[in-house]
Amino acid sequence: MKRVASWLAPFAARPIALAGLILLVLVVLAAIFAPVIAPYEPDTMDPIIRLSPPNPDHWFGTDQFGRDTLSRVIFASRMALLVGVGVVVFALVTGVPLGVFSALFPRLGNVLMRMVDVLMAFPSLLLALGLIVILGPSAVNSIIAVGAGFLTTTTRIIYGLTLRLKSETYVEAARSMGSRTGWLVMKHILPNLVSPLLVQASFVFAFAQLAAASLDFLGLGAPPTIPSWGNMLAESRQFITRAPWLLFFPGTMIMLTAFALNLVGDSLRDRLDPRFRDMLGGEA
Amino acid sequence: MWSFVLKRVMAMLVTLFFASIIIFGFIHLIPGDPIYVMLGDMATPDQAEKLRHSLGLDQPIIFQYLQWAGRALGGDLGRSIFYQAPVMSAIADGAETSLLLASITMIWILLIGVPIGIIAAMRHGSLLDQALSGAAMLLASVPTFWVGLYLILIFAAWLGWLPSSGYPSIFDDGGLANLRYLLLPSLTLAAPNAALILRLTRASMLDVSREDYVRTARAKGIRPWQVVTRHIFRNALLAVVSAFGFTFAALLSEAVVTETVFALPGIGRLVVQSILNRDYPVIQGIVLVVVVIYLVTNLIVDISYRLLDPRVQLQ
Repeated sequence: MKRVASWLAPFAARPIALAGLILLVLVVLAAIFAPVIAPYEPDTMDPIIRLSPPNPDHWFGTDQFGRDTLSRVIFASRMALLVGVGVVVFALVTGVPLGVFSALFPRLGNVLMRMVDVLMAFPSLLLALGLIVILGPSAVNSIIAVGAGFLTTTTRIIYGLTLRLKSETYVEAARSMGSRTGWLVMKHILPNLVSPLLVQASFVFAFAQLAAASLDFLGLGAPPTIPSWGNMLAESRQFITRAPWLLFFPGTMIMLTAFALNLVGDSLRDRLDPRFRDMLGGEA
Repeated sequence: MWSFVLKRVMAMLVTLFFASIIIFGFIHLIPGDPIYVMLGDMATPDQAEKLRHSLGLDQPIIFQYLQWAGRALGGDLGRSIFYQAPVMSAIADGAETSLLLASITMIWILLIGVPIGIIAAMRHGSLLDQALSGAAMLLASVPTFWVGLYLILIFAAWLGWLPSSGYPSIFDDGGLANLRYLLLPSLTLAAPNAALILRLTRASMLDVSREDYVRTARAKGIRPWQVVTRHIFRNALLAVVSAFGFTFAALLSEAVVTETVFALPGIGRLVVQSILNRDYPVIQGIVLVVVVIYLVTNLIVDISYRLLDPRVQLQ
């Protein structure tokens, strides 16, 4: 309980960070309870009311097929969370073992880190597009394609942090007392990585959100039948002058979600051990 | 100094070598027979064999790589299947648009990001600082294509001040006035990047202002604005300049989305069209060119960093 309270402390001190946290909780709730909250089915078409502006029946208006924009925006939050969480999990599951291993076993580690350097020579969006060409466009493949770009940054950060932890006195003490490497990792390294990882995760989540929306917009992400904020924006393109509300709502949702995640990440970073702080940028 | 440069150049070449293997391997990682994927199922075996031979796909893989890499070194990136022209000339056609777009964007980033970052740092902790930093974070959270679509809606559709799409070359009719076609796209591309540079400038200024020599300068009684311009800004500039190098290279890849929104005939849109056309040699060529630009920019940044800051030597 104390631990939870200490995590919440920076939010209580900064109202805007608290707002970010609340916003994030709202998006998660919207995603979970989408069928309950959404006033209509996201796919129900009604040609009679196509492209109608926001009105009491349809708060966010309707699209070119007469589908309710509010309901689609709510259902699309599921896709946003899926991609965001997916990319974070992908980045952590690959980056943490790679980074920790490379730092603990420098001989092989140096080779691995050089390989990460090679991957970093590819700008993330091009890397994602290349992977999409190989894997084919789909929601899951967006996660892998976007995740690959964050694999490298996450590995580097974990590598740097582990190197630092490795030279801490208590780790050296444990090692000199004959602790096995596995024990060392479980007991001393990983627990100390949790806080910086939480910070990194929130930034990765925010930028993954934007990258996945870009893929959707280019028609190389989730299939158009799935409501996602990026797909909705791609469709709205033809109607921007006739139906600007189709442009407004999904884009605002992307922006607010990414903004909330950045705020949360920033506040968590301020709470971090200052020795780690300089290694984590918001520019993930 | 020269041994440092030599070491960095060698490291870059090694990275480039491995990157080129990945880029080369790309065409082999595509599921199915790339020849039929490119030509479609209607291709006759004869056509397929011809393309296979012209791409060198009928030879041992190591030989294929050497041949591809050797040609690439000589500036020959193969032939586009869709345009029936050398990949290099397709890239050259888009280069003017993309380079101009990236350059104008860099000007916006410089004009917006750096001064506002300095102001925020100088008023550190004030309401103004919080407002500016908050606004920067909000701007960094906005999808670029969304900004682009809004700029089109407001400045092209509603106000009619600026064109919404396309870009005729400045060497065609209209001359330099054609740059107005790049005004909205460059602002779009600049938005998130200016925000990042703003945050970086602010953070870097704050870092430097905590240095001992800044305190000494203040204690000596040097005028506050001189401390800022001479002691803080000059040193803070290092981090910002190095970020500029990365940003320029990154803009070339981020332009993929912006060029699509504004239908600009640049390299970014060429990537997207080549993906849709399954024109793999073009994708391969563009990725190689962008990676080379990226690595060379990094190299220049590294070396200039060392020239600007002798302390780097110690590390």
